[in-house]
Amino acid sequence: MHIMEGFLPGPWWQIWFAVAIPVIVYGIYKLNRLVKENREILPLLAVAGAFIFVLSALKLPSVTGSCSHPTGTGLAAILFGPAITAVLGTIVLLYQALFLAHGGLTTLGANVFSMGIVGPVVAYTIYKVGMKMNLNFYLVVFLAATLGDWATYVVTSLELALAFPADPGGVMGSFKVFATIFAVTQVPLAIIEGAITALIFKYIIQVRSDMLARLNVLSDAAISKIKGAIS
Amino acid sequence: MRLEIIVVAIILIFAGLFLYISESTDAEFGGSDGEAEGVIEELTGGTYEPIADPLWEPPSGEIESLLFGLQIALGAIIIGYFFGYYIGRNQSG
Repeated sequence: MHIMEGFLPGPWWQIWFAVAIPVIVYGIYKLNRLVKENREILPLLAVAGAFIFVLSALKLPSVTGSCSHPTGTGLAAILFGPAITAVLGTIVLLYQALFLAHGGLTTLGANVFSMGIVGPVVAYTIYKVGMKMNLNFYLVVFLAATLGDWATYVVTSLELALAFPADPGGVMGSFKVFATIFAVTQVPLAIIEGAITALIFKYIIQVRSDMLARLNVLSDAAISKIKGAIS
Repeated sequence: MRLEIIVVAIILIFAGLFLYISESTDAEFGGSDGEAEGVIEELTGGTYEPIADPLWEPPSGEIESLLFGLQIALGAIIIGYFFGYYIGRNQSG
């Protein structure tokens, strides 16, 4: 989903920066406040960031005969919300742009928008709605992470389609082509990401369920119910 | 253990599909990011010039996989360290 360096012409790369920067700034503000209020949160924050680091470097083969990578943002989005996740995503994307020629500095805004913002917003929303509907916790986490990952790739396709409309066919025409590459390839990888994210949550509940209550991810009642089911 | 079994089963299904596809077709398993570059070339009739080049590119595929490996290793160390720390702390009361 990394749009490569130089592959977004103006005004698109500027537009995506304009959208991404306010979210990143708000995320940094929220991050500062969270850490100040609660220093004990730092290890969990590091784990969520590291999870994005690991998953976004894993290039996995897909059923379409090409390779792509998960995003890993669902975990952070559920724990800390989309704004803080945008900050974590930006750090990872910057590392890959500078040291791996993966993505780029001009396309950073667009890549942050797809991976750091829309994906996490989708994951976060699905998580909140799913929990309201009283669905099984792990199923909700799975759905949130899977669809968040997938949404990232749909947005990347859209970003490329807007910048490169097909002639004839327009934006919709080229969206179909880009979506065939990105969104279809991504389906199995998104499912794997969802499954692994659910598993990580199981372990977080086992070792630090108090943090989940403090972050308002789960209520105390929900935690003891899930813990009862584990043991 | 049920969740672990489901997760492993999902991964095995896709690993099996991958083996089947790599055996039965001549799919190249290239990166989808690179494929997008080809599509942009087609859509613009090969006229698109990237507006910027990467500041630095890994000089070879080996170096690139080294850096990806490092990225994964760093992340995995952090995750393993903190989970281990919490498990140990919980056990010692």
